[in-house]
Amino acid sequence: MNDESWINMALTAARPQAVGALLRYFRDLDLAEEAFQDACLRALRSWPKNGPPRDPAAWLILVGRNAALDGVRRNRRLEPLSSEEAISDTDDVEAPLAERLDDADYRDDVLRLLFVCCHPDLPHTQQIALALRIVSGLSVEQIARAFLVSDTAMEQRITRAKARIAKARLPFETPGPAERSERLAAVASMTYLIFNEGYSAGLDSARARFCDEAIRLARMLLRMFQTDPEIMGLTALMLLQHARSRARLDKAGEFILLDEQDRSLWDQRQIAEGLALINKAVRHRQSGPYQIQAAIAALHARAAHPNDTDWKQIEALYAAFDRMHPSPVVKLNRAVAVSKVSGAAAALEMIEPLASDLASYFYYHGVKGALLSQLNRKNEARIAFNQAIALAKSPAEATHIRRQLDNLERESGA
Amino acid sequence: MRYTILCYGNEDAVGSWSKEQEAEVMAGLEEVGMRLTKAGKLGMSLRLLPTTSATTLRKTHNPPLVIDGPFAETKEQLLGLYIIDVNDLEDALDLARQLAVANPHGAYEIRPVLAYNPDRRPDRTS
Repeated sequence: MNDESWINMALTAARPQAVGALLRYFRDLDLAEEAFQDACLRALRSWPKNGPPRDPAAWLILVGRNAALDGVRRNRRLEPLSSEEAISDTDDVEAPLAERLDDADYRDDVLRLLFVCCHPDLPHTQQIALALRIVSGLSVEQIARAFLVSDTAMEQRITRAKARIAKARLPFETPGPAERSERLAAVASMTYLIFNEGYSAGLDSARARFCDEAIRLARMLLRMFQTDPEIMGLTALMLLQHARSRARLDKAGEFILLDEQDRSLWDQRQIAEGLALINKAVRHRQSGPYQIQAAIAALHARAAHPNDTDWKQIEALYAAFDRMHPSPVVKLNRAVAVSKVSGAAAALEMIEPLASDLASYFYYHGVKGALLSQLNRKNEARIAFNQAIALAKSPAEATHIRRQLDNLERESGA
Repeated sequence: MRYTILCYGNEDAVGSWSKEQEAEVMAGLEEVGMRLTKAGKLGMSLRLLPTTSATTLRKTHNPPLVIDGPFAETKEQLLGLYIIDVNDLEDALDLARQLAVANPHGAYEIRPVLAYNPDRRPDRTS
């Protein structure tokens, strides 16, 4: 790895902390971003020469702040501040700054930066686009490509979103514990949105990288909130799902069912990290939706073969999840687990009351069709599968159902 | 003389490596590692999961306190370690420099080993 790519990575890693601190300082998102850009340009000039500083974020904050103030002063024909050479990476210059910006400040800075992107007036896609631009530092072109819109359209979207945020009052006061945990919950769910945007992208690598980005953000959140079991759960959940990324799509980009995946392609390193985190979270005895979903993913990850899956435990976890957040979709998932433990008839009985709630839900008809065909009720199965195909949102979903329909016909013919 | 090479680095930066960058660094380290193993200098090595997966048992309390996270909050984190068998410090430094070519970032702390207890469980090779 050459110096430049290393520096770019260090800049990416320091970005949330640095932009967050500069936002607190300037109370203006555009100015904070400009100051950070300025600091990055100086870093690219100075770091190869002087070596990278021990605390890149502190360096970038100091240099970015001075550069922006420098600009203001120059306009007023005042004395310029020292250049970045004068405040190189020696520890004695950095230490007092690093002390002033202690971890608690950093934590609230980063949280605030992420939180302003979750403004409730913004639709989810705009929240995601904004977070990827401001927090992750992806370029407008990268985000535009991922969302399949033109650069100009994405630029406009981001500008509009920023304007909306600027109009709302930015939360600059130090949050109390209750507020902090509310912000953290909002930021966690946005992080999961980013992940899902990538997860549903199939082979589209422009969007698939969102998964890595979301995991990076979650690890960062966890480093700041080390004792929060839900952040452990969120990080574990994404790691365990992402561990299957090489196995869950075929060459044509079609989804491969969990049962049919080549489990040797699962990423054991991500699984190990996910399992370690869920293990830590459980000790807190403070269950939550991310932890439960992560625990379910962990049970799948632990099974070397589909037949080894602990469906009984999965069923119990879905039941707990449904008690916490009652939802027809969770009940549907629970029914799938029930079908493995107690058979298709019991599962079918469970999903029948969901018919009206999930009438337009692809998976409902897919699951119903599969259960009916297991019970050899072929005509009804055919109807359910056809309904599913009509509701499929992607060719991969339709193909998956069509394959089951073909199996049904083949069995009928035999 | 046995030394450990304790590998420190910024885990946020390491976490920002792309798959390609990660593969490049690991392949480089593997190559140096194989060379040093053949020369009889490199023993076991290990790489650690991020400090977010760590748990600390504080023994100053009675009963000891279980805390989420690493023992020390530092700018650079312990990422892994090597055990090496060399003649002297010069030799150890030379070896560390070779590893540093493959992974030039962060720092290596070179510490002499006082006592070395190999894995004594039956049917274990390392």
